[in-house]
Amino acid sequence: MSDANALTVRQREDLRALAATMIPASAEYGVPGADDPAIQAEILGCCGGREAPLVRTALDQLAALAGGSFASLDPVSREAVAMELRATGGAPAAALIRVVLQCYYRDERVVRSLGREPRPPFPQGHTLEPGDWSLLDAVRARAPSWRPSS
Amino acid sequence: MSNEVADVLIIGAGASGAAVAWSLAETKMRIVCLEQGGWMNPAAYPSTGRDWEARFWGDFSPSPNIRARPEDYPINDDNSPIKVVNFNGVGGGTVMYTAHFPRLHPSDFRVRTLDGVADDWPIDYATLEPFFDENDRITGVSGLAGDPAFPPRADPPMPPLPLGRSGTILGRAMNKLGWHWWPSDVAVATVEYEGRARCINLGHCTPGCAQGAKASTDITYWPLARRAGVELRTHCRVREITTNEHGMASGVVYYDVEGVERFQAAEVVVLACNGVGTPRLLLNSASGRFPNGLANSSGLVGRNLMFHPYAQVYGYVEEETDSNRAPPTCIWSKEFYETDPERGFVRGYAFQFGRGVGPVMEAVTSEAKGLLPWGAEHHAVFRRLNGHRLNVSAICEDLPEAHNRVTLDPELKDCHGIPAPRIDYTIGENTARMMEHGIARAKEVLDAAGARDICVNSPILYGGWHLLGTARMGTDPERSVVNEWGRSHDVRNLFIVDGSLFVTSGGVNPTSTIQALALYVADQMKRRLANLFD
Repeated sequence: MSDANALTVRQREDLRALAATMIPASAEYGVPGADDPAIQAEILGCCGGREAPLVRTALDQLAALAGGSFASLDPVSREAVAMELRATGGAPAAALIRVVLQCYYRDERVVRSLGREPRPPFPQGHTLEPGDWSLLDAVRARAPSWRPSS
Repeated sequence: MSNEVADVLIIGAGASGAAVAWSLAETKMRIVCLEQGGWMNPAAYPSTGRDWEARFWGDFSPSPNIRARPEDYPINDDNSPIKVVNFNGVGGGTVMYTAHFPRLHPSDFRVRTLDGVADDWPIDYATLEPFFDENDRITGVSGLAGDPAFPPRADPPMPPLPLGRSGTILGRAMNKLGWHWWPSDVAVATVEYEGRARCINLGHCTPGCAQGAKASTDITYWPLARRAGVELRTHCRVREITTNEHGMASGVVYYDVEGVERFQAAEVVVLACNGVGTPRLLLNSASGRFPNGLANSSGLVGRNLMFHPYAQVYGYVEEETDSNRAPPTCIWSKEFYETDPERGFVRGYAFQFGRGVGPVMEAVTSEAKGLLPWGAEHHAVFRRLNGHRLNVSAICEDLPEAHNRVTLDPELKDCHGIPAPRIDYTIGENTARMMEHGIARAKEVLDAAGARDICVNSPILYGGWHLLGTARMGTDPERSVVNEWGRSHDVRNLFIVDGSLFVTSGGVNPTSTIQALALYVADQMKRRLANLFD
């Protein structure tokens, strides 16, 4: 069974709707919402394996709070139910929310919008400013503060 | 691989095991090291992939209970507010550490004499100093001489990490307060060093350095030790240390990479399994002659467990920080390190300053702290947080308390059926007051830096990085497990070289001192070879 098949159709629809509620698209910042198809594909890919039990539990909690399909609710009701899951969903909700966030914030478009390059740290690394060591002058002028052992 | 008797059998290929192996190699004795993990592949470290931050919650979690690699063993730390963090593999904890590399202070070895609590070590800083210097050289430590909060010492082999934006902001804040700070000693190459390239600021240092700039013993001591003839067998998990009719260690029973049970005979056994793994193995080596565990006539094996409870405070400044685009360590402060009874506690703590975190970590932790709205406001708020965080953590000294201990869990076992360790630990009153003090001072630092939205994690939950005190050294067999040069009081061919030896914890990261101790014990063994068991 592939990771994408780890969730039912209803769960995937609810997950997409929850993600959109969490992080909507923004024209101002030029970023997609977390319900974007590519981001959803990443999220679904992370919902299998070790995350699967907690994610499924959280989505079941969401459905229970919604009285059925979360995705079918109107926007105001969705927001209220989402907040309730956030407040009361415990470890399962925290895991589901984390999966959404970690996938969203590594999407290439989102990363670029933050002024960063969408690449792993290795092998290019980054540049670190040298700083001004004269800031230490005040510390150098201090008397020794270590205690001898006797 | 031969099963001939080893002259020296070392259990564990981490910080201390590697140092001992290298040091003893010059004797040309037959030295074998058994390590339950394997060699790490730097190409597979998180920083080589786009999912590098997310792996913190998966296969590169600091917690073995979450990570659950085949090489890990479970740990029951339910009864501890601080969860154990370790790593099994060649390099051990140095694969997964942040390479912050301070030394214990001279006063840390005389806690009873100076402050009337705990005990004095049977050795002092001066005894270890040449081994600190030697370890700095082998490891490759960067730093700056002249710190007024530490006695004069040899220059670190390499210059310090650059201040960067984060270090500059924090340094200015500390100067505004008139408080001590100094660039950290860090086990990261800042220039080309012994064939290792200088750090190019991958930033995701802790879960393995893909570049090899961060010193882990798989790339520092082990190549040298193996070239000198030490045999390192990986994926070999030791179940118990055996003893003979004379009460001497005779070898170990272990499971090899195929899971086959084997016996390796040895003339000398050296334990280097950290402050949880070492007492676990000793307790699992109970026998008719040693019913309470091997080397445990004092009853102290597993007791006096010390972590360094971390009180972490962070906030957000207007300026852009280094975020996670550089080694997390930059500067430290010893302003509150030495005892001042007017503070309401004895002993003290170091501040470890952090440069910032990456976008995923920022999002996840800000969500958990309730800083990150959902909906239309999400993006603006996130952009005020992301890349603007500065971190101040107080590494608090833990006093040894006998009820803080490692025992064997009655039910939990690893994949080989070996009883797992159980942790029972509470934060002591003195440390709790210290943590409160550290939080308050850290807030002052962040305020001086112009930070807002201050958050506190105290103690850091997955902050049991430093595992100390559970087989302490001392001259009195009733109040210590090993003598002043690391030999078991009870079993004269059994040595311990890891953080279990610590009598007190100090208030700094212990790896530098652990390795200096290991080199010292090895040196003592070499000096006493002719009468090692007397």
